[in-house]
Amino acid sequence: MVLKIFFPQCCNRADSGLLVGRWIAGHDSAVVLAVIHYPFIPGQVKQYIQQMQAQSGVELSVLGSWSLPKEGQEGMESFLRDLSTIFPQERWLQISRQMGKMGFTCEILNRGQNGKAAQRRVKKEKKEEEVDSGEAEKDEEEEDEEKVIFVHYEQRKVMLSQLHPIESGDPDLKTDPPSELRQVFQTVALSQPLFFLDKYDDGPLKSTHWQSEGREASIIVELLKQASVPLCLLLSWMLSMWTWLCSIRIFSLYPLRFLSTKLSTCVQLSYRTEHMRTLSSPKAAAGHTQFMRKANMLVSVLVDVALGVLLMWWLYRDEHIAMLANTLVPAADHVAKELEQLLQWLMGAPAGLKMNRALDQVLGRFFLYHIHLWISYIHLMSPFIEGILWYGGLSACLGLTFALSLLSDMVALFTFHIYCFYVYGARLYCLKIYGLSSLWRLFRGKKWNVLRQRVDSCSYDLDQLFIGTLLFTVLLFLLPTTALYYLVFTLLRLVVVLFQGVLHLSVDFINSFPLFAIGLRVFRPYRLAEGVKFRVLCDEPGVALHLLMERAFDGRVVQPMEEAA
Amino acid sequence: MEDETFTDISGKSICLDCQSHSSFCREFTVSSPKVSIGKVMVYTCSVWLLAYAVFFLTQNTAVLSSAILITLVGMMFHIHFVKVDHETLLVIGSLGIQVSSSYASGREITTFIEMSKIKDIVINEAIYMHQIIYYLCVLLKDPSEPSAVSSVVPLFQSSKPRLNCLVKVYKSCQEILSKSQ
Repeated sequence: MVLKIFFPQCCNRADSGLLVGRWIAGHDSAVVLAVIHYPFIPGQVKQYIQQMQAQSGVELSVLGSWSLPKEGQEGMESFLRDLSTIFPQERWLQISRQMGKMGFTCEILNRGQNGKAAQRRVKKEKKEEEVDSGEAEKDEEEEDEEKVIFVHYEQRKVMLSQLHPIESGDPDLKTDPPSELRQVFQTVALSQPLFFLDKYDDGPLKSTHWQSEGREASIIVELLKQASVPLCLLLSWMLSMWTWLCSIRIFSLYPLRFLSTKLSTCVQLSYRTEHMRTLSSPKAAAGHTQFMRKANMLVSVLVDVALGVLLMWWLYRDEHIAMLANTLVPAADHVAKELEQLLQWLMGAPAGLKMNRALDQVLGRFFLYHIHLWISYIHLMSPFIEGILWYGGLSACLGLTFALSLLSDMVALFTFHIYCFYVYGARLYCLKIYGLSSLWRLFRGKKWNVLRQRVDSCSYDLDQLFIGTLLFTVLLFLLPTTALYYLVFTLLRLVVVLFQGVLHLSVDFINSFPLFAIGLRVFRPYRLAEGVKFRVLCDEPGVALHLLMERAFDGRVVQPMEEAA
Repeated sequence: MEDETFTDISGKSICLDCQSHSSFCREFTVSSPKVSIGKVMVYTCSVWLLAYAVFFLTQNTAVLSSAILITLVGMMFHIHFVKVDHETLLVIGSLGIQVSSSYASGREITTFIEMSKIKDIVINEAIYMHQIIYYLCVLLKDPSEPSAVSSVVPLFQSSKPRLNCLVKVYKSCQEILSKSQ
């Protein structure tokens, strides 16, 4: 069987000491977590390990000894061997490294059942190669020797990556034990309390492991964490007020309720309320995906508000609002004029088509009257437009999305006539098509059987047939006129819908853009790593095996890791 | 062993590189031929000639600049997403199998399969277009039912070597697998 030792890169050059880590049961592998340096009292080490075990919940133990002798520190072989009797273990690793040639020697002491220590030697020699990448090598002299793979990993990246399963995951679902690599990740991630021991601390124990460089900056983070609690409380209180206000009975009456589902500002408001409720919940995010969702939400809200403030700053500077209001009424007038021209064109002979003159005139006059009504309405409203814009612009302080939704609603209100035209045209066209289809059945001597939901044959009277055919002919000849009006107004409506669609798309884009995840991808790619990548560090064939475990972003681990990620 | 010449299923020569790091760790690299300069020139020239013809008819200079842009972007897209330079299979006894493919731009996609998930490595047959080809694949265990195969991970998907190359890889993989199980 091959023994796998997961060795942290930061311990490559550590001073001699004890290896602290964990044996992974059933997989024949050991995870080295830290090296405790020499002047120590064994009792204190045992106490420290027990304390850490209680804090992290990982079965920590002393794996063996690590020696990197300096000048004047020779002859420690026997001392190292004696250590194994102080810390009784099934197996005792003795990893040592020569300063000059950087050789790793791994000696494994197996403690048999009868208490007699059987010893196997694995010798590893290593040429000077790279300084920062540890290597391990192995001779194959003995037949029944235990082979060793050294897998070097970067402690910080493994600890911070989210590949290990989260504790709240379903333990009953996975009946089989988790895979080896997953256990390694979990061990490193859980043993975070072990890494709090600073190398400059003046304690009884000194150890080498990964430690964060910038602990001073974390003061700001801590302060922010402290500040976020009252902020969340305030937010949730305001939210509860808001929801209480929204749940007043008057808002659930029929027209208001219907309106609120149609107005995109209201929809956006409820959406943001939901966001804020998630953000201000006092519970910490359970699981990586939940955390990412929350962080993305927070960043999107912040970006949204920042953009909104930027818009406000532009709007309320240099009387931009008045300028907008002054251009809005002429624009509405211009649209109305264009529509009138379009109707005049339709009332003549559009594109050389010969329409039914009487129907054409009736429809055209009807629509012209409608436009007239609309224009007078706009002119009636024109003094108030600036005020509406001024107060509407204030909504931008809630975020750009609110301003955009408000704009979308205003566009919907200002183009209400186009919507009306479309509805009239569509309704007329629908009636006509419906009549034509039923009369076509009569024309063929059939009728629609409602009870059986099918077309049956039917014998009509002569009068019925005559009237039906006559009506069919009339409807058929009037069809092109209606169809033309329907087509033109549908196209107009489509233009408005497209514009609103673009607005809604941008709102949705701002709402759901995963900015936090993208930032993390750029600055901390290992946090989002999807798998592992192994690289062989030695180029000489037949000498050794030493692997470097990296986090692969584009990679994936088949099955077990995908579940975890 | 590198003297033997290998070809892929369409007859282009490929290069197999076997590296034995130790008795239980081997690395196989199948490299496809590089992008030939002639091919690039043919494609570029054809696009540019077409653009020039359009320019001759329309007298619009935007056509020419867009042609240059299209060729540049197309080339970048090709080397980043399409052209696989080499594919590597790293078999580490008792740890797992790592499959990685490097694109011509240096992008690398890695998949690692743990040994506990692997059932076997086999050579399989498949119908591809109008021919039948052989390919190497890793059989994965079904976690609930150890004897069943849950899924198949094909290896060397883009280079598609012929049988003689596959047999070579297969034999040395089996050596390691039999030892570690």
